[in-house]
Amino acid sequence: MNIRYQQIQGRSLGFYALIAGLGVLILASLGSVLFMEHHGHYVTGMSNRIVWGMPHVFALFLIVAASGALNVASIASVFGKKIYKPLARLSGLVSLALLAGGLMVLVLDLGRPDRLIVAMTEYNFNSIFAWNIILYNGFFVIVAVYLWMMFERRMNKFTAKAGLAAFSWRLILTTGTGSIFGFLVARQAYDAVIMAPMFIIMSFAFGLAFFILILMASYKWTERPLGDVIVNRLGNLLGVFVAAVMYFVVVKHLGSLYLAENSGVESFILFGEHVYTPLFWIGQIVIGGLVPMALIYHPALKGNRSTLGLASILVLIGGIAQLYVIIVGGQAYPMEIFPGKEILEGYGGIATYTPSLPEIILGLGGVAVSLIAVTFLIKFLPFLPESLADDVADPHHKK
Amino acid sequence: MSKKLNRRDFIKSTGVATASVATIASGISLTTFAADENPVTNEKRWGMLIDTNKLTETNIDDMVFACQEENGWGFEEHSTGDQKANWIRKVKVKDKATGKIDALPMMCQHCDEPPCVDVCPTNASMKREDGIVLVDRHLCIGCRYCMMACPYDSRSFVHEDLSNQKEHMPRGKGTVESCTMCVHRVDKGEMPACAEAVNSDAVIFGDLYDANSKINRVLKKVQSTQIRADLNLNTGVRYSGI
Repeated sequence: MNIRYQQIQGRSLGFYALIAGLGVLILASLGSVLFMEHHGHYVTGMSNRIVWGMPHVFALFLIVAASGALNVASIASVFGKKIYKPLARLSGLVSLALLAGGLMVLVLDLGRPDRLIVAMTEYNFNSIFAWNIILYNGFFVIVAVYLWMMFERRMNKFTAKAGLAAFSWRLILTTGTGSIFGFLVARQAYDAVIMAPMFIIMSFAFGLAFFILILMASYKWTERPLGDVIVNRLGNLLGVFVAAVMYFVVVKHLGSLYLAENSGVESFILFGEHVYTPLFWIGQIVIGGLVPMALIYHPALKGNRSTLGLASILVLIGGIAQLYVIIVGGQAYPMEIFPGKEILEGYGGIATYTPSLPEIILGLGGVAVSLIAVTFLIKFLPFLPESLADDVADPHHKK
Repeated sequence: MSKKLNRRDFIKSTGVATASVATIASGISLTTFAADENPVTNEKRWGMLIDTNKLTETNIDDMVFACQEENGWGFEEHSTGDQKANWIRKVKVKDKATGKIDALPMMCQHCDEPPCVDVCPTNASMKREDGIVLVDRHLCIGCRYCMMACPYDSRSFVHEDLSNQKEHMPRGKGTVESCTMCVHRVDKGEMPACAEAVNSDAVIFGDLYDANSKINRVLKKVQSTQIRADLNLNTGVRYSGI
């Protein structure tokens, strides 16, 4: 059976309310940027010790999620799972939208965002950051081509190849994102090669959580049929990804604890008295890991869309907590500048950081940009299948 | 070898010569030195040896003060605590085993393999041929990745608009900065302000490669260390006594 794709009407009150709400958030975030750039970063909670704050948390969260959101399309065209094929267009779109939102936040938090052109023209090829700029730009191009192959019937035969290219690129891209931290030799909290694969698996979970929420919301709000087969498959997959993230987190911390030089930073994160410890255990592990897995796998909740939606939201909240612990927590703990010595004065101690409202709004503005991009584009281009009812999505599925 | 001199090369190869002053904004001037007589080469490597046994805490305070006066940092009005610029500071450490306490001045260590230069996406962080690590303020986009990478916490981000800047040391909101080893003085044959502020052998500045230089001769004799020597960065600033 052929899948028919159709734009959403986008004329309902709800549609306009959604656009207006997201628009307000975006305007507020641009206002925050003007405020921060006009005064300088002294109006933020950031300092010379916590150089990357809340904006980076959101930016990297969205960028990581972006590459993961492409997985659904990859499963269809690279791994040949037919049931995911109707979702591939939306997967590509969500991926690009999340990347755009994340990059917006990243760029607008620069000290000199007006010099973006410098970042685009001056490259230091020893810098992971410079590589990331190339990887991000390349991702836009490759996924756009991939989408074109999917949209244009004559090009459909190249979809698998484009999908493979996009899949490979996204793995490299997230490796690059994780390596931003993994290659920082001087900081005890980072400097671990496992950061790269851990970021990849985090991207699987966060990206899929975004995708599930957007898929369920758009089908519910447009009253299009969405069958249990697809929803349950995605739910199960999310559960597996969340478990995999937890596995990597355990391995990373156990590996780090084994090194005497890292025992300080590990006990600071895992058993400390600062906000990072509850953020880790309650935010990341319980809210972002154990509860979503229970919601997905508990027999009584099987196939329940509300709990799957809740699980997805919790995965995202846990993801923010995880990136906060990694990025801010990792900087808050002082570097070991003088091994074997205690620093009495001039450096050391736990750096304090309280995110200011403009920083938080800028971060949320990035999420809003991603969502508004998806909302507009599914109105103007046929991204969504008319129906994802079980007999359409998987005709051979046995009830 | 005929090579066009672009701005970066020009700044890199800045030597002792006539100074030309270009006004880039009201009150802020950019001073450059023409590079004709003594171009910067890798035949020199500027360095500093700091003997903490000879250095009193007052000496260190004087060094910090001299740097502030020379380069005009630390007078930011709105920035608080860790937001203020800090190019050099006094650090006191206590040995965990023996309890011995040392005070030392801490600034950019001018690494031979600087992590800040490696990570900088736009080549704004750079190392001159003579080993001085600098930030090109025209290329810096304020991403602060160099601050994440620096093992010495030696870099500062300018968190606010600045006024009353020194003509020879233009700074800018939203960019990163650190100790320049007083490159503007060194290129004129003078010593960095901090070294000059200590009127003794406690701080020796000079060319590490020159067998006749004082720093080279003393380093051959005394036991010295590099901070975080384990990172193999081959720092230009060396310490003895700790």
